[in-house]
Amino acid sequence: MDAILLQILNGLDKGSAYALIALGLTLIFGTLGVVNFAHGALFMIGAFCAVTLQRILNLSFELVDETQKDFLGNPLKVKTPYVEAWFGPDIGGSIIDWAVPLAILFAIPIMIGVGYVMERGLIKHFYKRPHADQILVTFGLAIVLQEVVKYFYGANPIQTPAPDALNGVVNLGAAIGMDIVYPVWRVVYFFFAVLIIGGIFSFLQFTTFGMVVRAGMADRETVGLLGINIDRRFTIMFGIAAAVAGLAGVMYTPINSPNYHMGMDFLVLSFVVVVVGGMGSLPGAVLAGFLLGVLESFASMNEIKSLIPGIDQIIIYVVAIIILLTRPRGLMGRKGVMED
Amino acid sequence: MSKFDVSRRRVLKSGAIAGAGVALPTIFTASSAAAFTNEPTGGSVTLGFNVPQTGPYADEGADELRAYELAVEHLNGGGDGGMMNTFSSKALQGNGILGKKVEYVTGDTQTKSDAARASAKSMIEKDGAVMITGGSSSGVAIAVQGLCQEAGVIFMAGLTHSNDTTGKDKKANGFRHFFNGYMSGAALAPVLKNLYGTDRIAYHLTADYTWGWTQEESIAAATEALGWQTVNKVRTPLAATDFSSYIAPVLNSGADVLVLNHYGGNMVNSLTNAVQFGLREKVVNGKNFEIVVPLYSRLMAKGAGENVKGIHGSTNWHWTLQDEGSKAFVKSFGTKYGFPPSQAAHTCYVQTMLYADAVERAGSFNPCAVVEALEGFEFDGMGNGPTLYRAEDHQCFKDVLVVRGKENPTSEFDLLEVVEVTPRAQVEYAPDHPMFAGGNLGACNPGA
Repeated sequence: MDAILLQILNGLDKGSAYALIALGLTLIFGTLGVVNFAHGALFMIGAFCAVTLQRILNLSFELVDETQKDFLGNPLKVKTPYVEAWFGPDIGGSIIDWAVPLAILFAIPIMIGVGYVMERGLIKHFYKRPHADQILVTFGLAIVLQEVVKYFYGANPIQTPAPDALNGVVNLGAAIGMDIVYPVWRVVYFFFAVLIIGGIFSFLQFTTFGMVVRAGMADRETVGLLGINIDRRFTIMFGIAAAVAGLAGVMYTPINSPNYHMGMDFLVLSFVVVVVGGMGSLPGAVLAGFLLGVLESFASMNEIKSLIPGIDQIIIYVVAIIILLTRPRGLMGRKGVMED
Repeated sequence: MSKFDVSRRRVLKSGAIAGAGVALPTIFTASSAAAFTNEPTGGSVTLGFNVPQTGPYADEGADELRAYELAVEHLNGGGDGGMMNTFSSKALQGNGILGKKVEYVTGDTQTKSDAARASAKSMIEKDGAVMITGGSSSGVAIAVQGLCQEAGVIFMAGLTHSNDTTGKDKKANGFRHFFNGYMSGAALAPVLKNLYGTDRIAYHLTADYTWGWTQEESIAAATEALGWQTVNKVRTPLAATDFSSYIAPVLNSGADVLVLNHYGGNMVNSLTNAVQFGLREKVVNGKNFEIVVPLYSRLMAKGAGENVKGIHGSTNWHWTLQDEGSKAFVKSFGTKYGFPPSQAAHTCYVQTMLYADAVERAGSFNPCAVVEALEGFEFDGMGNGPTLYRAEDHQCFKDVLVVRGKENPTSEFDLLEVVEVTPRAQVEYAPDHPMFAGGNLGACNPGA
């Protein structure tokens, strides 16, 4: 029983990342009608915002310590971060320790900016082109972005730890007399994802801006005829979708050390999530994200693998095939989307 | 007077025969005047460095390339000579190889077998490389080794740790300096016994490809010989990034040791995930839970950060070794590049030197002469103590290092500390050992 609950938690946690990326993908598809294969790269850029802030906070000056030697036998250059020199070792050390949560503030404007430039600079020129062209150009863009990141940061994963206070494990089953030990940061990630998803839905549901965007998603032409500049709002939505992917990436860095390829690792899965959820359906994307995350976790259990060897590698695609055969528009797909 | 009848059919026939001749790969049609493939005829000789320049092991590939460039510099008489000064063989004079200036071309393996074979083929056919070396993956090494055997050039493997490279997939034209999975098990087992005792239950997570399988087999056999039980061996997809769903079952398996047969990004992520799940603080069966990473790499350990602290594994070489060869290499490499070399850089540098030395001693670039010079060659001064290139399988036998993630690193390079230098005798095995059975070296192929 403990093992099953643990895999449910794992699934929800994996699903959080899938749902956040798929939500952004769906927002872009639903508003601009663009199939954005560069969305995984936005997730990766978000993660590297955390890496960058960590490096900025660790910028150091060097003092030569004659009493210590480096690996070549020369006097050792001891590095002291400026932050620690300015604020003292305790406060400075804490600031560095909290680099990942602080990176949320750092990443939001950067990601909105990246999204804006991406949309205005490249993707808007492909609105009226076939989806195949959009896929090709955004996939190419993703490769360019990941190679740029690799050029500056290298190919190896870069350790980006969570704050010490949020490291370690918590027993989530203590209250019910069970032993369900789970990493604190993964719990934080899940609630963060729920918060962001809730925030996006509330924004679309309860603000005038959101109402206009929803109206535009339903009937772009009519909203335009009412004198509303829907293109501008959709561009802003692209920026918001980029920020959501970026924040998912920032918060993911303590779970797995980021590398330049991490966006591609999530991209294909996230597209399956979008298709299973139903193209253009925001609730569908979230539901499918969590569903596929949980199923993927269960498929990794030894009991399941011993029954069907290799199922952990194909479960998501098997489920996708079954759902698309029984519900061709996905779990919550709308009629008419990508059916012309 | 003879009549020369030119018909359309005849022209087509002749054209087809001529076209087929031109289309034949040049490696199979090398000039009959040459005694072997890509025999150097001018004042220079070309070596082919086939390393991952893109993909997940690009940083390791970059370090390999640095080592190759340093080796070429030393062979041509530049720099401080590095390990040429400490090498027990004194055949190399710093005037190239057999008086020919050493030049090189590079290829990108992308850590993909097909891409690695294509780049090696291109270096052999188009650039005239007489020897191919490099790589950071056993799958790639085995694929390129097979190609070099067919093409008639020597292959000096880079970082490859699978038993199969010099086991069931060994080839007469291929040589491996790096250690293997069996050696990791043989070196680690006594250390694990001293640290954790003989009553342990191990759980293996294994990367699902040739290297992972052979390492899992080797480590399980070595630990079971100590009295340990193996409760489960779980194969994980090479493309996996989040290992949480594979780690979670470990918690309730009754195991008190987790063996991570992972390398590169897999290792970084699985180790990070295992530490996140509190495995290192866990007490099972009245014992502290332990994690073992049988194949360590400093470059990869950096990605796992603090999670490597106190975790044991094995490595082929480490820059903190204090023998004269290691010190000379670290000084050369560190002065040129500003940081110490990785184990991948070390093995690649040594392989280049060993090849060049074998050619000098053989007096020929002919692959069969080189094979003869390397087989059974005993040497020292290259950082691993007295070493033998065994004739039966072309595997180097030398000391193996057991290392541990350092608790208090003094620099970003100071991540591992050497716990024990396992003597060569302890990691030796018979050429027909079951873990290496099934292959056949065959005869050397000079090509041409």
